[in-house]
Amino acid sequence: MSLTDADLAAVLLTLKLAALSTFILLLIGTPLAWWLSRSRWRFKFLLEGVIALPLVLPPTVLGFYLLIALGPNGPIGGLTQWLGGDSLAFTFTGLVIGSVFYSMPFVVQPLQHAFTAVGRRPMEVAATLRASPMDRFLTVAIPLARSGFLTATVLGFAHTVGEFGVVLMIGGNIPGETQVLSIAIYEHVEALEYGRAHWLSGGLLLLSFVMLLAVYGLNRRYTGIQP
Amino acid sequence: MTIEARFQLQKAQFNLDVDLSIPKRGITAIFGPSGCGKTTLLRAIAGLEHSPRGYLKIGEEIWQDGDIFLPTHQRPLGYVFQEASLFDHLSVRSNVEYGLKRIPMDERQVSLDQAIELLGISQLMDRRPDQLSGGEKQRVSIARAIAVSPKILLMDEPLSALDYQRKREIMPYLESLQQQLEIPILYVSHSPDEVARLAQQMVLLDAGKVQAVGPMTELLTRLDLPLAHYDKAGALVEATVAGHDDDFELTHLDFPGGRFSIGRQQLTVGQSVRIRVTARDVSLTLEHQQGTSILNVFPVTIDEIIPGDKTRVTVRLNAGGVPLLSRVTRKSVTALDLKPGKQIFAQVKTVALLS
Repeated sequence: MSLTDADLAAVLLTLKLAALSTFILLLIGTPLAWWLSRSRWRFKFLLEGVIALPLVLPPTVLGFYLLIALGPNGPIGGLTQWLGGDSLAFTFTGLVIGSVFYSMPFVVQPLQHAFTAVGRRPMEVAATLRASPMDRFLTVAIPLARSGFLTATVLGFAHTVGEFGVVLMIGGNIPGETQVLSIAIYEHVEALEYGRAHWLSGGLLLLSFVMLLAVYGLNRRYTGIQP
Repeated sequence: MTIEARFQLQKAQFNLDVDLSIPKRGITAIFGPSGCGKTTLLRAIAGLEHSPRGYLKIGEEIWQDGDIFLPTHQRPLGYVFQEASLFDHLSVRSNVEYGLKRIPMDERQVSLDQAIELLGISQLMDRRPDQLSGGEKQRVSIARAIAVSPKILLMDEPLSALDYQRKREIMPYLESLQQQLEIPILYVSHSPDEVARLAQQMVLLDAGKVQAVGPMTELLTRLDLPLAHYDKAGALVEATVAGHDDDFELTHLDFPGGRFSIGRQQLTVGQSVRIRVTARDVSLTLEHQQGTSILNVFPVTIDEIIPGDKTRVTVRLNAGGVPLLSRVTRKSVTALDLKPGKQIFAQVKTVALLS
């Protein structure tokens, strides 16, 4: 017994969702984490709190509010409709937006810690060596924070692969469009198809473990280079 | 050509408030106790600290004035930090090339090879920073700073994180740096020995304010300044090699106040040298003693006498226009009736050759 077409579609959809979300999160999260690590703004903690919310909030709560925001009467859904599109509830785009919020702390926090650990000195040194702010960010801050990037990428990806509550709330269960792996597993269990649930669950377990091994293994090598 | 700097900066421990004009040549020491604002002054010159109403002119170029504030990466300077601060993710070679690559070809006065050779780091180029000793790291960071062909080199206690041996290892490189590159150097230090050996001019800072600016030889012996009063205080004397005594293996060094004879040195006749005469090694006598083993005796006039502690005083002497310091007991002052203007003789037991 192997994967059915529907299961395969769920696997591919999940990987696509996780890859896209992680990519967007790195794009948004890098400048955001950099700013958080450098800013002395007194209300910075408010933003840090908002970013950390998904860590403590039940996914269904987050999903519920996102569903309202993305729906035809919500601010985001309303905007896309006004622009001539559809509301984003129960669409793949909606899932990507939800995942970005849901996995935000898993990307921003490791990056912020890594940037803080880089400190001001290497950036000052680079400035005295004629590197412009963008130049020294790209050639000094990012390479020195590489272990943070690795952690952020893997955690962001893995966390998106594993999301369930948010997806169920805003994506529903449309095969090929919004039916991701975790929901497919839930479906199989509901239908008492334990064999197929085993295949998908075991695969997810293995994937998650391998990704975490990669993080810890590579991070140990990096720190070995820089005592 | 001068360096003109005016800065006002509020810090937790002090308020930096300086208005300086120093010659843009040679090594200028910025000297003072820890926490007096030396590093802050250097950082303000580099543009790493922003003093809102500051003014900075290096030779003909204005780096800061009113609304003008050249960001650090646009200032043609080299900066050596207290800790070597090498980029850990780059090899030694990439570290040294980091700044060099960002300089247009026609502005490159110092070549990569020259920087490598001056600091003696050719063997280290393919290593990683964590495979270097403390002294080696600091040499690499100095090479990295001079490879950008700076118009001024700022050094923030580059030796203070190193032990005595490493300091002795780096000193000669610093001396040859100045002689070969003709880049003016501002050198922050709290070590009188380092400063006496390296610098020609000095800015004396205390609690964020400039106490004195001037040539080393003068400031070291001014009794109103703290330098003349620390344990190993002494005068700096510029002398010329006059000749060698082959019979007794001595070298003669002439200065305006007379002639020093020291153990034979590998020096050529006519060469200029700096010697350091420590105050405790200078004793005073009313007549030119005949039966003494001390070779170096000079007629001097007493300039000034300042009480030191309960037992000792510091006496400033004039030897043919060159200031010398002597530390004697208060009892001797009374016994010999020492007072300003009196003509006596100074006996110098030992001197240290600095270069």
